[in-house]
Amino acid sequence: MQPWQPTTTHSTRVARANLLSTIRDFFDCKHVLEVETPILSVGTVTDEHLEAFETQFLFGSQGKPQSLYLQTSPEYAMKRLLCAQSGAIYQIGKAFRHEDAGRWHNPEFTMLEWYQPGYDHLALMQEVDELLQAVLGTEKGEWLTYQQAFIQHLALDPLTCSNEELNHKMQECRIDIDDVETLSIDSKLQLLFSYCIEPKIGNKTPCFIYHFPASQAALAKLSREDSRVAERFEVYFKGIELANGFHELSEPEEQRSRFEQDNKKRACAGLPTKPIDENFLAALDSGLPQCSGVAMGIDRLLMLKIDAKHIQDVINFPVSRA
Amino acid sequence: MANYSTNEFKGGLKIMLDGEPCNILENEYVKPGKGQAFNRVKIRKLISGKVLEKTFRSGESVEGADVMDTELAYLYTDGEFYHFMNNDTFEQIAADEKAVGENVKWLVENDVCTITLWNGAPITVTPPNFVELEITETDPGLKGDTAGTGGKPATLSTGAVVRVPLFVQTGEVIRVDTRSGEYVSRVQK
Repeated sequence: MQPWQPTTTHSTRVARANLLSTIRDFFDCKHVLEVETPILSVGTVTDEHLEAFETQFLFGSQGKPQSLYLQTSPEYAMKRLLCAQSGAIYQIGKAFRHEDAGRWHNPEFTMLEWYQPGYDHLALMQEVDELLQAVLGTEKGEWLTYQQAFIQHLALDPLTCSNEELNHKMQECRIDIDDVETLSIDSKLQLLFSYCIEPKIGNKTPCFIYHFPASQAALAKLSREDSRVAERFEVYFKGIELANGFHELSEPEEQRSRFEQDNKKRACAGLPTKPIDENFLAALDSGLPQCSGVAMGIDRLLMLKIDAKHIQDVINFPVSRA
Repeated sequence: MANYSTNEFKGGLKIMLDGEPCNILENEYVKPGKGQAFNRVKIRKLISGKVLEKTFRSGESVEGADVMDTELAYLYTDGEFYHFMNNDTFEQIAADEKAVGENVKWLVENDVCTITLWNGAPITVTPPNFVELEITETDPGLKGDTAGTGGKPATLSTGAVVRVPLFVQTGEVIRVDTRSGEYVSRVQK
């Protein structure tokens, strides 16, 4: 094949168009409004393990070049709309992550993100399941807390285990990595999860993993019943991480402190700190309605739909041909 | 030798691990949405032949291994070394017993083998997929049996022992698949 040619087939392109139209119908029926937000932003994510593409805008209002970041997800901008009383909204758009390409990854990809005011994470999980049933024809999903998943598949309690127990479990699972002691507890949990739990869950129906450890809360509220866990969920199906959702954190002070914590972690890891999105924090100050939101990878969803083995089978021009 | 970053990892890349040259068989990029990125790599150690799985932090660099394959014809053994020759340049190279290993039983004079060199020295010798060898000893077997059920052991001129059909006799030349060590057919002399 010539490098100018798409890596997809025509039938895959038709499948993508049909998939998008099913998704739009789904939200139309539920009176969720389709919106668009900018791909370029002054602020960006502070997550230690998320890198945004940075570009220079030569016509900034300050008269000097200004850094703009390609969004890693439309989350902050969509929450600004929610703060402006948008009501339930969804967006299908491009997101960008400055990281390697792989079987499940392309640095530029299509993301579906939606928000439901008044929903908690459990209600939104229900709606995600409905969407998957509509799009993939799956049966009702299986629900497991993060803790249950670890106990069932690894006989390890992720909320109470010691660092030594984690190292021991890594060894037992033959996860061979140099200087294991320098890995964070969360990285160890994530390795155990990807290597030993992911292959065992969500093989027949989508599996919803919820109540992640508070240290992996990202932008989710902490649970009122158990502050060790966050009201965050992920959806796994046939070995793919398909969606990530939160019962959204709405307290601006807590949000600012998480961003600052992230930047401290970045500094410790020798990474550049990132500008905090002040427009987003100002919007939270004015009041984010109680809501839940979720992001879903459309390319991965299409892979599942047509049983594709590699993400390049569903993206016309993956990064190697961009 | 150059260093390779994890984003250059792919099947066939030769890297150093625990002081031993290795061949990458598979490389998978592992990146939870909110987590650290890793490369999960399946590796074959080229000297011991051991296959193992190793995880690297994405962005990490590892030392490359100066490993190359060359096609050389087997000449002879002096009892200690096995001598091979490049049929184009007539350059000769000697591999020791360790490099030849189990494959010694498939070495046939003038057969072209794949010799893997690490820093210019042979570390493995891979015989052709099929070799032809003479049977030096096998039970006469039952006359008239052509079904080939069961079979019987036959010792070949190199000392290799393979199972052959009952109708195959001492003195005959047979074709053997060196990857499985199985009899393929008789060869007309």
